[in-house]
Amino acid sequence: MARALSLGIVLFATWMLLSGEFSIEHGLVLGLGIGSVILVVLIAVRMDVVDHEGHPVHLTRRFIGYWIWLLVEIVKASIDVTKRIWSPSLPISPTMYILKVSQPGELGQVIYAISITLTPGTVTVRLDGGNILVHAIAREAGEDLAGGEMDRRVTRLEASGITVTESVK
Amino acid sequence: MEMLLNGLSWALLMGGCFFIVTGGVGLLRLPDVYSRMHAAGVTDTLGAGLFLGGLMIQAGLSLVTAKLVLILIFILFTSPTATYALANALYGGGVKPVDRDRRHCETIDKRGESSKP
Repeated sequence: MARALSLGIVLFATWMLLSGEFSIEHGLVLGLGIGSVILVVLIAVRMDVVDHEGHPVHLTRRFIGYWIWLLVEIVKASIDVTKRIWSPSLPISPTMYILKVSQPGELGQVIYAISITLTPGTVTVRLDGGNILVHAIAREAGEDLAGGEMDRRVTRLEASGITVTESVK
Repeated sequence: MEMLLNGLSWALLMGGCFFIVTGGVGLLRLPDVYSRMHAAGVTDTLGAGLFLGGLMIQAGLSLVTAKLVLILIFILFTSPTATYALANALYGGGVKPVDRDRRHCETIDKRGESSKP
């Protein structure tokens, strides 16, 4: 219920942001917004997708720290790939890596897989049964990932979410 | 102050352009579709991020900036999803990644000895 309410608030904030109408004089726009938000939340609740995966609000606080770390990694990796693309000898060594995923839940595994793909130089090719297949543009990028820092950080992020969810219950 | 902001905005826009062009050059230079996805990744993340950052400074603190932030968030969520779908379909379809000399590239198993299938 709390999750459905927070979904509704997020959706309505998005509606106000995109329409740019905040005052009560634009009652029609706001009214249509409220109507469609209620409809969407009702449908989402009936479809049973408003859970810890579909609307993971419990991760929000820890997510900000993770995002900052990930953005720094993305910038570093982008510059690395840029150097490889522009250097005349094209110093790439494409390699496939099979890694273990240490996150227990699917949400954590998906966050990990998406983080890998978001970082230039490594792309998730397949994710199943606790294993992940990664294509790396160069050995260094793959070895860096195999070092497991991102894996540990995502595991910590997900673990923090689980404890919060349980305390809410 | 305004000159400073304009300068910063231009620097971000030019930086974004550089990384977007880098993605294009990478698409042409890299040997196969898997490695080309890395080049597209540079365009999607740093290219789009810097470019939108430059536009945000141009727009100032307004509704337009909020919308630009939303665009950036949507790009950062959808592009890896699309890349994963593409890579997964390629791999399932039997496209093998190759290296610079067009030989099949190596697969390194880092799961440790105990968990080998």
